[in-house]
Parts: sequence; structure tokens; C-alpha cells
Amino acid sequence: MLNLRAIKCHFQTNGQIVRAVDGVNLDIVKGETFALVGESGCGKSTLAKIILGLAPITAGSMSFAGEPLIKFNKRFRRRVQVVFQDPYSSLNPRLKVSTILSEPMWAHGFKRDEVTQRLELVMALVGLQTNAGNLYPHEFSGGQRQRIAIARALMLAPELILLDEPISALDVSIRAQILNLLQDLQDELNITYLLIAHDLALVQHASDRVAVMYLGRIVETGPTEKIFASPQHPYTQALISAVPEPDPTIARNSNLIRGEVASAIEPPTGCHFHPRCPHKIDRCTKESPPLVAREQVQVSCWVIGSGDLNVAK
Amino acid sequence: MSTNVLEVQDLQTHLHLRRGVVKAVNQVSFSIAYGETLGLIGESGSGKTMTGLSLLGLLPRPAGRIVGGSIRLNGRELSQLNQATYAAQIRGKEIAMISQDPMTSLNPVFSIGSQVAAPIRRHRHDTDQTALALATEELHRVRVPSPALRISHFPHQFSGGMRQRVIAAMATACRPNLLIADEPTSALDVTIQVQLMDLLDQLQDESGAGLLFITHDLGVAASLCDRVAVMYAGSVVETAAVTDLYAAPAHPYTRGLLASVPRIGIKTERGRLFSIPGTPPDPLDLPMGCAFAPRCDLVKDRCHRESPPLIDKGGREIACFEVQ
Repeated sequence: MLNLRAIKCHFQTNGQIVRAVDGVNLDIVKGETFALVGESGCGKSTLAKIILGLAPITAGSMSFAGEPLIKFNKRFRRRVQVVFQDPYSSLNPRLKVSTILSEPMWAHGFKRDEVTQRLELVMALVGLQTNAGNLYPHEFSGGQRQRIAIARALMLAPELILLDEPISALDVSIRAQILNLLQDLQDELNITYLLIAHDLALVQHASDRVAVMYLGRIVETGPTEKIFASPQHPYTQALISAVPEPDPTIARNSNLIRGEVASAIEPPTGCHFHPRCPHKIDRCTKESPPLVAREQVQVSCWVIGSGDLNVAK
Repeated sequence: MSTNVLEVQDLQTHLHLRRGVVKAVNQVSFSIAYGETLGLIGESGSGKTMTGLSLLGLLPRPAGRIVGGSIRLNGRELSQLNQATYAAQIRGKEIAMISQDPMTSLNPVFSIGSQVAAPIRRHRHDTDQTALALATEELHRVRVPSPALRISHFPHQFSGGMRQRVIAAMATACRPNLLIADEPTSALDVTIQVQLMDLLDQLQDESGAGLLFITHDLGVAASLCDRVAVMYAGSVVETAAVTDLYAAPAHPYTRGLLASVPRIGIKTERGRLFSIPGTPPDPLDLPMGCAFAPRCDLVKDRCHRESPPLIDKGGREIACFEVQ
């Protein structure tokens, strides 16, 4: 449905080049939930902006439903919508909910009664009461606001919805409600989700396939179940084992990687991860490893590629 | 039984706002022993941060006020102390805090060295020279690389994880008996979060201080705490040893909270998560009786009339009429 080929996005700041996204290939299949995970600064948000046409592409190409995307026209915008992280800043406080929800349809030239009809339908879909349209965002709790944001994304009946950290700004007891709602909507309307998140437990629960990003590149991608059951890339391994489990009998595992993410202005040579990697060999510091298929998973690592998988385990 | 560094009894903190009075902390009791980590778990608005600020004497003024109960640190009553005494004798010396956001809790216009040296100058009355030398040692202790060089740097030259280490160094510089950490890891990435939790363990082992760890993250709490107190709408609903609480949560809210969190390693066949219905109550308009009653699956008539007290039930304390 959505294909990215060798996408690069480089910015210039103070004469230095920030390699925010550095050669990413991505294929999202219709009806699935594809998750992008990684720590802050890994380029996942920039990639989201590229897909929405909000950040420039330095190199590479993108196609949506088989058609190459060169200009982001209205037709594309109708088919791809977004839900942002923070429903406290993504809804205009001065507009009534009905206006917030109708705006996307007005922008695309729909008639008044089409809009009213769709409004009723969508509000019922996300579980908003009919009188909610006459209220303002501040009259709702965080969870309800996120329902409004989801409703707004649904108004144009899109095929792909980009979910940028859709629950991380919400209270813990509300998160499950929104997650279940998103799942119900997908089952009912056959929408494709691109989920951007840093919460790995959420990603495991909610996605079908996942791509792990590190400093602008994908280091491992494949079916979610496979990757969580046996992560291959040293970074994926560290990332998954670093998540604190809600179980005090599990000891904290802190010996896997040290240090911090390097700067995207001067990324390390070769494999971007090598300065933190416990298994690095000489080659890692010189050449950048390509994504290589191993079983159903694609991994970018020289150590694993050399067949010496036991080292990485 | 080791001795308690902190004993909080029936603490009540109110916020007097234009729109009404918020009972931010409502009859909260707990204690922390030396060397113990107590986790205070709750959602936003549950009163966990207000509890922390009450202990530090840093309630927002003039709205915030402690209206009842007692806070005893090593037997000394703190709730009636005036601001000057708090600043001179308690804050930074006896009780110190690691705050949530490493991006805003350091002053951008002072060097790291002068900020870490500030509590040392204030409480140990050292000269600037010795204070700075001690600050370098403190940075070394929290494992900031090349501290002698880094003391002349400014906060913007530090990463989030390193800033949090600097704040930890400031907080522990005067070896406080009680450390309050308010969501210290939630602004950090997971691989950095693990490193900070190790540091907190190390600092506590070295000093033997009590640690009050405020968080909404059930995973972080499980990994770090000895005991846990769960707060809902200003009240503690359950207190238990961490292993007991996670193995068998008793209060309906704790139970729902633990069931609603997706977990790594546990196979969910893209199944639905359990979700607690409804939303937390408006703090200006708490329901009568048990604040959780409108969302509770065990609710009875009595829950809407009386608020359940926190009662000791076999090694753990639970505030619920229905759980025996």
C-alpha cells in the first residue's frame, strides 16, 4: 500500500548536515498495523513527516497504492490521515468539536448534509455522545480528546492512519480503552495503521510487523511476533531487554549496552550502532551493513551476517 | 524491623483555587525505612506529586496548604515548620529531590559546577573553592565522564541522561536521609532509563537513605521498589510489598491497572486488553464515599456513602469494603 525506497532526509543547520533519515526502505501492506520503534532522535518522527509530506525528501522515492507520490495532492491527503500524540495541543481550543471534526471535509469540498451525516456516524464509531459536538475541547478529559482526534482522522474515510504515539500522553487506566478502540476501528473499517511508538510493550501488543530504527536507519524489521520472540540485532536485543517489566521477580538487565545515541550530525562511520555494540568487529567500524533477509526477518548487522550468530546471542 | 526515616500520618493537603478547593492529598499515611524504596504509583491528578511537594515544603503558594496530619522525619515534625527553617535545615540537607524533567530543572545560565556546588555551599558552609572541588567528586560519584572538565560546561551541553545524573549529584551532595524522585526516568529513553535506575540503586546503597519513588510506570516501579503505595484521587488505596502487590493485586483499581498494561513476553493474540471503564473523577468534585466506586466492578451501596479506611489485612493495607 505504501512503499518507501531509499528515502533520505538531510537537514542543514549552521552549516552542518543532520542525517535525520538515512536510506530507509519500507513496505506497508493493506490492513496491517506496521510499527516504527526507536529511541528519541532515531528519525521515526521525521519519517512520519516525510510520509505526510511535511518534511522534504532529499533522495529516494515513495509510492502509495501503486502510484508514485511526487506531489502531495488533495487526493492523497484524503487517503492518509494522522492522530497526534498530545490531544491537549492537537485540538484547537477555540473551536467546537463539531467544527474540528467537519473541517477536514469542508477543506475537501463536501456538501453540508454529507458532512452532518458523516459527523453523526463517526462520532458514534468512536463512542462520543451526540451532544459532544456542541462542546469545546477543554470540556473533555484526555481520553475523550484522543477520541475526538481519532474521529477527525476518520472523517475523510482514509485508508492509512498514522498514529504518532497515540496513547503515551494519556493516563494509564485510559490507555487500554483507546487501544481497544483503535483495534475495533481497524477490524470494522479495514484501515491500515502506521504506528510510531517508543513503548515496546505497546508495539508488541498492537502491531503485526515492526521496524526498529537507530540513527536514521532501520536495523531490523519483520513480523512483530518473530522479532520479540528472538531479536537478532544487538540493538533490538538491548532495547527489548531494557524495558522494565511490571513483574518484580524479573531482575533488571542493564549490562547489554552502554552510552547514549550518537549525534545525527556526525554519525559514527560504518554501522551507526558500533560505538555501543558489545559484539562489534573491525568491519563494523568501516562499512555500513545492509539489511539482509534471515528467515522472515531482515537484519542489518555484520556479526550476524558472518554466520556467527552465537556471538550476538 | 529497621527504623523509619519518614512517617506520614493522615496527611491532608488542599489547593485553594478560584474554582474551589481541591483535596489533592486526602488522609494519606505511609512510612519509609532507612535504605528502603517506597514507590508511590498513581495517574496524573492522583496526588502523588502533591504528596512529594508537601514533604519538601514546596507546595504552590498561596494555593497549597497542609491542613492536617503529620510528617515526621527522624521523629521531627515538619508539617508546621516555616519556610526559612525548611530552607535552612531540611531541603537539600535532610530531604532532597530528583525532579522529572532534566531539560527544565537545571538553570541554563549557570555552569554545572556552580549548580552542583550550590547545596554544598549552602549546607556545609564551605568556601567556593572547596565546594567546587567537592562538586567534581560528586559528579565523579554519579559517573559523569571527565567531571573536572565538565564542571565548567553548561546544561545545554549535556544529554538528557547526563543531566539527570547531574541532578542526582546535586540531590545527594549533602547526603540527605530521604530522597524524593518524581518520575525521574519518564523523560528518558529505555536504554538510558535502565542506567539511571542502576544509579539510583547505587546511590541508595552508598548512603542508606530512604527513597520515595513517584511514578506512573508500573514496570519501573516493579524493577526499583521494595514496597508500593497506590494512589487514586488523592488517597492511598493499597500498600504492599512489591512482590505481593504484583503477584496478587487486591484493590479493584490496582487489579484493573495491572491487567490493562500490555506486557512483553506475554503472548496476546492481538487480543483486547482489559480496560477500566470511565475516567478518573474531577478533583474539584470528588464523588461521595469511595472515589473509585463509579468505575468499580465490586461496587455496593455502602461504597457510595462511606469512604473506606486503609486497613491492615495480612501484611498489606487496603482501602476497600469489598476486599477481605
